[in-house]
Amino acid sequence: MTVELFLEQLVNGIQLGTMLFLMSAGLTLTFGVMNFLNLAHGSFYMLGAFFAAIMAAWTGNFLFAVILAIICTLLVGGLLDLVILRRLYSRSHLDQVLATFGLLLAFNDLVILVWGREPLFVAIPPLLSGAIEILPGNSYPLYRLVITAAGLMTALLIWLLIARTRLGMLIRAGASNREMVSALGVNIAILFSVVFGLGAAAAGFAGAMIGPLVAVQTGMGDEILIIAFVVVVVGGISSVQGTLAASLAIGIVDTMGRFLLPKVFGFTVGPALASMAIYVLMAVVLLTRPRVSAPARAH
Amino acid sequence: MTRSLASKTAVGLFLLALAIVPLIGNSYQTRLATVALVYGIGAIGLNLLVGYGGMISFGHAAFFGIGGYTAAMLGLAGLSSVVVTVPCALFASGIAALGIGALSLRMTGAYFIMITLAFAQMLFYGSVAITKFGGDEGVATPRGHLLGLDLHNGTAFYYLVFAVALSTVYLSHRIVASRFGRVLRAINDNEHRAISFGYNAYVYKLVAFAIAGGIAGLGGSLMAHLNEYVAPSLFHWVLSGEFLVLVILGGMGTVLGPLLGAILFVLLQEILSAYTTYWMLILGLILLTIVMSSSKGVILLLKRATGDSRA
Repeated sequence: MTVELFLEQLVNGIQLGTMLFLMSAGLTLTFGVMNFLNLAHGSFYMLGAFFAAIMAAWTGNFLFAVILAIICTLLVGGLLDLVILRRLYSRSHLDQVLATFGLLLAFNDLVILVWGREPLFVAIPPLLSGAIEILPGNSYPLYRLVITAAGLMTALLIWLLIARTRLGMLIRAGASNREMVSALGVNIAILFSVVFGLGAAAAGFAGAMIGPLVAVQTGMGDEILIIAFVVVVVGGISSVQGTLAASLAIGIVDTMGRFLLPKVFGFTVGPALASMAIYVLMAVVLLTRPRVSAPARAH
Repeated sequence: MTRSLASKTAVGLFLLALAIVPLIGNSYQTRLATVALVYGIGAIGLNLLVGYGGMISFGHAAFFGIGGYTAAMLGLAGLSSVVVTVPCALFASGIAALGIGALSLRMTGAYFIMITLAFAQMLFYGSVAITKFGGDEGVATPRGHLLGLDLHNGTAFYYLVFAVALSTVYLSHRIVASRFGRVLRAINDNEHRAISFGYNAYVYKLVAFAIAGGIAGLGGSLMAHLNEYVAPSLFHWVLSGEFLVLVILGGMGTVLGPLLGAILFVLLQEILSAYTTYWMLILGLILLTIVMSSSKGVILLLKRATGDSRA
């Protein structure tokens, strides 16, 4: 095993971590601000990938396709919030889980109905294809590097938005005391829509960017949703930095596990064990964290 | 008084209908009913958790899968008697639930949902790693026998499952009515109050979680015998979601609810998939509609429908 290979896997891990952050940012925000657990959040990731794939084939311009995909997932998210989901914000978690589980099943079948059962493949845009030499004699795919950078920049933007703007201040205030924010004259319904739409758009952006690297197909958002849940459990909902740190840690552990464990356990058992690594990490975090008792307030 | 008489009559008719399924139905319908009852058994434990303990586990398939794989493991080792496999599956799943529950119950609410989902996913990958059992392709297992009775006969298998289902319903009824069940409900109502009365809420919830896991393992082992096959799909998170749907569909917090829910679910699936390949789309929308149309949530809706005055 060479140092170069190790570094390459590290960058891959950071790339997965940034994608996870784009997914879990929406989850933590809607969970923190609206106390809403959304199982259909992975559907936005899937829809983003499908929108980008269709638009790229249609317009021939990938950048344009990604922008359109973000706008489309934003619209779908906004519409869902307006028509269905906002009535769930005050409901029990059981209701939320069941309703969004239903939505997720519906979305997974809907994309088959609209775009067919065959997975779509998106070409890497010519400008970003090829590889660049990072270290002498060692090249890395340019596209992966670009989406990692784009992901990190979006993460920075989200952090700036939450930590430095007036909207971010309202979101943080909403997360710590919803009633108080609304009593101070903030239109909480609009705030919820904005938060939900932003989360959906971030997930859609991640899906759109990952499109050229994977097969765009139904159910592609499910697995990453569950990993995003692990991020939320490990990172907590207290801060954007916590979510970012947990995303990167889990991205790196997962990628490194996939790289190192097969070397130890062989290529049949190793990958499956690698898939378990992040959950073991979650178990360790749970063990070391103080036990949280039920909130005093019934809901 | 009339209400309790009416509900007793309804329960009697329901059980009678289940008892005569193989006599009036063909072998396909009997198999369908067997599948429904096996899922129903799996969901009985979840009903204890969700309906009485207020613990929303989204990882119930984990224990169903462990039960199935335990039965398969014993079957491949030459032990295919259900007298051996089923209790072993129950025990193995219960132990696993004790471990996963001990970690998951450190958190509550939405975190608990996410953690149980994540641990089930971990076991899903774990089952893929068992190359001896075919990895992600699964492995064939024996149908098994009961004290010399060959279970390849669909009717015999149905009555075995029916007997297990009845015993499990009775067990869950006894648990709910016991002191343990009352404390569990008290914790669900108000955990802080129960703690201040001196009950160790964590331990009570953990024991309930282990019992629920054991019962799911029971269902899983029967599923392995029924299909003569196990695969990682037994651990799949969609199955965990479907278990929750069965519990809600049948009326949460009633001991017979999971069986009723499973029958409704299997029937719905059967009818929808006969008309369209996009039945998941319809099912998802039906689920969404059920939740959205109950203004105060499914818990109250169903408790009212089942005449539960405690709601």
